[in-house]
Amino acid sequence: MTRHPTVQMLIRLGTTVSSLAITMFGLVLVTFFIGRVIPIDPVLTILGDHARPELVERLRMELGLDKPLPVQFWIYLKNLLQGDLGRSVMTTNRVVDDIRLYFPATVELGTVAMIFATVAGIPLGVLSAVRRNSALDQAVRVFSLVGHSIPIPVLGLGSLLVFYAWLGWAPGTGRVGVGYVGLTPSVTGFLTVDALIAGDTEVFWDAAAHLMLPAGVLAYFSMAYISRMTRAFMIDALAGEYVITARAKGLSPARVIWRHAFGNIAVRLVTVLALTYAGLLEGAVVTEMIFSWPGIGQYLTVSLLNADMNAVIGATLLVGFVYMLLNLFADAAYRILDPRV
Amino acid sequence: MLVEISGLTVSFPARQGRHVAVRDVSMTLGTEKLGIVGESGSGKSLTARALLRLLPPAAEATAKALRFDGIDVLAASEKQMGQIRGRRAGLILQDPKFSLNPIMTAGDQIAEAWRNRRKGSRREAREAAIDLLAQVQIRDPRRVADAYPHELSGGMGQRVMIAMMLAPDPELLIADEPTSALDASVQAEILKLMEDLVSRRNMGLMLISHDLPLVGHFCDRVAVMYAGRVVEELAASELAKAQHPYTRALLDCMPSLTHPRPRLPVMVRDPAWLA
Repeated sequence: MTRHPTVQMLIRLGTTVSSLAITMFGLVLVTFFIGRVIPIDPVLTILGDHARPELVERLRMELGLDKPLPVQFWIYLKNLLQGDLGRSVMTTNRVVDDIRLYFPATVELGTVAMIFATVAGIPLGVLSAVRRNSALDQAVRVFSLVGHSIPIPVLGLGSLLVFYAWLGWAPGTGRVGVGYVGLTPSVTGFLTVDALIAGDTEVFWDAAAHLMLPAGVLAYFSMAYISRMTRAFMIDALAGEYVITARAKGLSPARVIWRHAFGNIAVRLVTVLALTYAGLLEGAVVTEMIFSWPGIGQYLTVSLLNADMNAVIGATLLVGFVYMLLNLFADAAYRILDPRV
Repeated sequence: MLVEISGLTVSFPARQGRHVAVRDVSMTLGTEKLGIVGESGSGKSLTARALLRLLPPAAEATAKALRFDGIDVLAASEKQMGQIRGRRAGLILQDPKFSLNPIMTAGDQIAEAWRNRRKGSRREAREAAIDLLAQVQIRDPRRVADAYPHELSGGMGQRVMIAMMLAPDPELLIADEPTSALDASVQAEILKLMEDLVSRRNMGLMLISHDLPLVGHFCDRVAVMYAGRVVEELAASELAKAQHPYTRALLDCMPSLTHPRPRLPVMVRDPAWLA
């Protein structure tokens, strides 16, 4: 049975939205109950181990922790739908506000890293596949294998040691130099963008310089993965018969490689890129720690260590949501790039 | 002479030494239809691909002479090969399911081949593509031009392939098992179409197949290959007088409607054929 295209699209949209909602609900459910059954008492975390019992009891009631779990969950769900993720015990701010503060830092870092990784990784992977087993291919493979094998702490601290301490090419840790903190009003939360909006080039360059090392470390790691996948996909595509056809048509090597072979792997590559980007937006905990980068990874880790459950659940939901959005985006790209879907 | 092959050898690196896939093959081709027949692995496709220098990267080709219209293919620069491939010689592969680019429309793929030779606008190329589709007897060329390969049947796909390779008006068409992936009824149509186009345009045709009677019916001359060698070359009309036991055995195991036999003979391979 064939339906009208508009109807088909509405059905598809409906399916997508409802599957998204169901997945989100599952995520909330699991995260919430894990958060409640862990043997850490949030009340004692706040008051300390030696608080008086009546005080403990009162706070427990105020936080709503005396109610049965399903009721607590129901209340959490109702608040969530109104955009309220509760308050963080640690920062005493609303979790939503915390996320608004920390997440842009991660997005800024992750996006810059992603751009570096893609711009370097895809051409290297393609070149590697085209000149398979050449010296260049071997060099690229070793380079990316190293990138994927060195532990991030080594890479992070090593790069700080070399480029900051020895060579003095890069600024130290943090998002911006101490003298520039809070100079530009926060509009987007991305320091570089905010500085440009405020027209303050000095802050922009300082923030950009602070991005280079951590973004470079993350980019190297991601680039390694992207170039390896690109290489594998391209080797596969270059062996295709349509590549022989394209060459038999007398097309230039560049056109055969990019239009015909690469065009066919673009679909699969988008999925790799989307998942890599999602991984970066999840917050690179170790990198953020090393570079004192106030991002979501750091926020999530510190909250977890302090049993700050509202913050943990809020940040987890955010990460889950980002994953789902990027998956959705990859699916949409599939439909556009591959006429067979 | 359009094609001159003499002493062509193609080999691949093997675990020990080299595996020789084509040994000492010689043949010539003018404005005629030459059939190359042989079983899988007999080296017929590699011979044809060597002529366009489209061998797999690991393959190594040597020859006393390998010439396309006097151009030494083995010594030619990549630029010179670009003048031959797709301009003076086209190649049609077995299965359009794999040999057409799945993410480009049929029209775009033909237009690309056309524009590669003639510098024209996008619209001119598209009109040329539609015209070529009509020439390969596609009834609704505008619709097919906008179709992707997966939306076409095998026969349609192969017509698109032929249109694409004829776009630059080549002098030689190499067809590597062009009908093996098609239904029997479609096979005849496609062959008839190729025959018409080739004779009307006064081109040379190299038809590679494992179907000896088909090639005998369709070509002027037939070269029979076995284990990397040409074991026999003869005029198609004289196929019945074939000398080589391999050719005779191939002909012998064809079922016949006029003289049905209860049991077809099985070919017994003589190791001496390899010598």
